[in-house]
Amino acid sequence: MKYIAEYRQASLVERLVELIRAEATQSWTVMEVCGGQTHAIVRYGLDHLLPEGIELVHGPGCPVCVTPLETLDRAHAIAALPNVTFCSFGDMLRVPGSRTDLLQLKARGADVRIIYSPLDAVKLAAAQPDREVVLFAIGFETTAPTSALAIQLAQRGGLRNFSALVSHVLVPPAMTAILESPDNRVQGFLGPGHVCTVMGYTEYEAIAKRFQTPIVITGFEPVDLLEGLLCLVRQLESRRAEVENQYRRAVQREGNPRARQLVETVFEACDRAWRGVGTIPRSGLRLRESYAELDAERRFKVERMASSEPAVCISGSVLRGQRKPCECPAFGRECTPETPLGATMVSSEGACAAYYAYRREGQTTLGQAFRA
Amino acid sequence: MCLGIPGKVVATYSENDVLMGKVDFGGVLQKVCLEYVPQVQAGEYVIVHVGFALNIVDEAEAQRVFDYLRQMDQLDELGAPPP
Repeated sequence: MKYIAEYRQASLVERLVELIRAEATQSWTVMEVCGGQTHAIVRYGLDHLLPEGIELVHGPGCPVCVTPLETLDRAHAIAALPNVTFCSFGDMLRVPGSRTDLLQLKARGADVRIIYSPLDAVKLAAAQPDREVVLFAIGFETTAPTSALAIQLAQRGGLRNFSALVSHVLVPPAMTAILESPDNRVQGFLGPGHVCTVMGYTEYEAIAKRFQTPIVITGFEPVDLLEGLLCLVRQLESRRAEVENQYRRAVQREGNPRARQLVETVFEACDRAWRGVGTIPRSGLRLRESYAELDAERRFKVERMASSEPAVCISGSVLRGQRKPCECPAFGRECTPETPLGATMVSSEGACAAYYAYRREGQTTLGQAFRA
Repeated sequence: MCLGIPGKVVATYSENDVLMGKVDFGGVLQKVCLEYVPQVQAGEYVIVHVGFALNIVDEAEAQRVFDYLRQMDQLDELGAPPP
């Protein structure tokens, strides 16, 4: 497919690796922020191609993984109600809450629907006025405008049976939290390409300046990731800390103003707990007061439940970039994509799921194959 | 989750006052909301995320990395040091 295949050419991958090798004179620790980037890096074995000393640390950029347990438990309680049609993206179905997951609820008769687009939930609400249709609105800034438009259309259309359980999260506050952490090891970031397609990268300029840490807004294909890394290594080697845009075919500095404006109209920033990480100030989006009637949290009073994570799971450290999935004693044993203990094993963008799919013992990745 | 796939806009139309389009992903046609790229023309590529086009692909910028690598290769052939 155009704009995909050409960014996967092995000869260009090799060439970029050579260029990185020629530039790097010392060790650098770099975080790829977005789970989609983690997935591609592990899938293609790009980290195995890099010169020794260039370490890629996987970031918290998997919204499915960081959705707090309390929100999942609330979602599960709402989805189990007899008059509710609960609409969720597919990745969310197996994510374990304290007691259950959406797939188990569906098996027991709950009306859980996998949607492709948030607009599907609006259509369902219009088609079945006697049922409460709830949109599970999760995701980063990339997804927020799609929920925003669905919510605005539902309100305009007077769909009183539509509501949204909103748990959107924002990337820049999470990057700030990582850089402020006393045990931070990250010296540069591959920035989240599709988040910036919507938001642009002016917010990242302030972070690069404040923490003297370079950020390269980067795409998702092997050539993108390695070109982004090349730009980052060049900055690190020359002690620069700027924002560069590798993903220029999709990202402009100001992002998509129309999308940003609708997000601003429908949502406002709020403090948000990140699963495995803790509460990060102003790192979430919630509905503005003018959309309160569409807020599923207010519409369905759910009792607060005690929520707890399995003790053995290290997904919190994995999300903070402190440990790698294979350091977990449960990895690939008690914890697999079929029976996940933590959210990072569920979503295809979770670091644990990516390692499980592409990097169990004995498996050869493309990167290893290149090196052999 | 932030998956964005490039696809070619084949046709645009309005559905309940929402700007929609048919987008071709390597031969598979999907309905996509175009409200965030109202200026898009048939034949242009868009980045699509959960059924929404988030931006139009800039063709000239898409070529840049290939031009750059070709240039580097030519420099190598001339035996010149990298810039």
